[in-house]
Amino acid sequence: MTVLAVKNLLHDKVRLVVTLTGIIFALVLIAVQLGLFLGFLETSSNIVERSGVDLWVTAPGLPHVNGGSAQPERRRYKVLEVPGVAKAEPYVLGFGNWKLPSGAKESVQVVGYDLESGMGGPAELVAGSGDALREDDSVIIDEHYRKKLGVTALGQTAEINDMRARVVGYTRGMLSFTTAPYVFTSFKHSQRYMKLDRDQTIFVVVKLAAGAETRAVKRALKAALPDSEVFTNQEMAWKTKSYWVFSTGAGITTLMGAALGLLVGIVVVAQTIYAATMDHLREFGTLKAIGATNRYLYRVIVEQAVLSATLGYSVAVVVAMLVVNAARNGDALILLPPRVAAGLFGLAVLMCISASAISIRKATRIDPAIVFRA
Amino acid sequence: MKTVIEIRSLEKSYGSGAAQVRALEGVNLDVQAGEVLALMGPSGSGKTTLLSIMGCILQASGGSVKVNGREVVGLRESELPRIRLTHFGFIFQSFNLFPALTVRENVAIALELRGTPRRKARRTADRLLADVGLADKVTRQPADLSGGQKQRVAIARALAGDPQIILADEPTAALDSASGKTVMEILSSLAHDRGRAVVIVTHDPRVLGYADRVVRIADGRISAEAEEQAA
Repeated sequence: MTVLAVKNLLHDKVRLVVTLTGIIFALVLIAVQLGLFLGFLETSSNIVERSGVDLWVTAPGLPHVNGGSAQPERRRYKVLEVPGVAKAEPYVLGFGNWKLPSGAKESVQVVGYDLESGMGGPAELVAGSGDALREDDSVIIDEHYRKKLGVTALGQTAEINDMRARVVGYTRGMLSFTTAPYVFTSFKHSQRYMKLDRDQTIFVVVKLAAGAETRAVKRALKAALPDSEVFTNQEMAWKTKSYWVFSTGAGITTLMGAALGLLVGIVVVAQTIYAATMDHLREFGTLKAIGATNRYLYRVIVEQAVLSATLGYSVAVVVAMLVVNAARNGDALILLPPRVAAGLFGLAVLMCISASAISIRKATRIDPAIVFRA
Repeated sequence: MKTVIEIRSLEKSYGSGAAQVRALEGVNLDVQAGEVLALMGPSGSGKTTLLSIMGCILQASGGSVKVNGREVVGLRESELPRIRLTHFGFIFQSFNLFPALTVRENVAIALELRGTPRRKARRTADRLLADVGLADKVTRQPADLSGGQKQRVAIARALAGDPQIILADEPTAALDSASGKTVMEILSSLAHDRGRAVVIVTHDPRVLGYADRVVRIADGRISAEAEEQAA
């Protein structure tokens, strides 16, 4: 790195602070918006991706996994007849109302699964046990939502759709994209909570036999059940992500926020780098006069941009991590995986170099004869 | 003496059509190694334009300029930095030092442009600064120096690539008489003791005492009777 690039940048400390503030603001905005977007992607379909299900059989017209409608539970027997199916169990996912001890109500998503197979049940229990769900009125919630649901200890009772529910365990990492937390219970309890008939389910979830080919079984199921729709786990996850993240506009909004951050960053950094270049125009003229090539001038300006990006990124990534940590207690999950954090550095460099384009043009077009003006 | 710059029928005009201004017209001039040549004339006479063309900073509109035997008129813009770097050292009226750099770095940068490794450039810069009497100022910032000291830093920078030709634009204009005298003694010594060609554009009559030749320019022309041997 050239001494001139470093020293010119550090010489005017006020301008450096303004430049870095612009970069930090832009990068934090981009990181948070991208993190929100990734959080949306993660939470919108985590119930599907962590289910361990191979195929989902649903009533027709399903918009997303949280929007299923009732279908006869006996369909699972037809499903079991299809070659390649190892297990077929009823599964419920639907919205309900959770009554807090204070009397206030919170929307929840009741997840009813078959306790024997465990398909679609909680992936990670941190307190209590799945077997406890065999007891009457027992439910498991995620530890993240204890405060929201007013649960202070295991064994505490509440009401779901005016029916008693007793908390017997906590899961971890089962965050919901909607503001409604997941509440796990046995299939039988879920029928009651969701006011389904005894012979109704929302889904029939399928586990394939070893060696069975997913697509082939799916085709066979569709042929056997013309009144149902069949999705692979991947299709169901994507259908759900696509609905919540894109159709509702939530994902687009966050991506637009990230793009806006990038734009703000480019404008702020471009303005400060341009102002710095204008201030140093005579110096660039001197450099040209004493023999510097345009390439050398590019180098000085680009190095300043990269240095600004590095300094700005170093602070921004720390601020972004603090925001991510602070958001852990909130409803919206913000994810900043190492790959994205590293990619953000590339974006910072790209942003600062783009921002310096006008300055490069200005500096390289300078008439070196400027040096002879007193 | 070797001719380092040979100028023939030089033309320079700005603008076009009715708005065209002819800054230089039919200029013929030779600059020899080992001489101090003073270019004098009123403001707007074309002396700085002539200096800029000599130093390949400005392109001529016509005629011929040879630097150490190489024709530079008509060269591509991208070829000129190399010519400037190889043949010329520049000294400016306003010193044009880099305020963010130390005195040493101000000189070393001219060497780094020539591809000299940083450590060697710094060592050479220290030697050049010692030559102009600034050995004790190498780590200072230009803002800490007097005008005369700044101009001596500029001279050290101009000498960084060991160029054969030094072009100076009003080098004493911003200096008091003592500093101006020191600067002129250094420039004179560069020509007379070290064989450099030193071309100085000046209004300052103090420079005349150090010049081997004085070329007077008026309205973009060198008048033959104005070219005189300095006393």
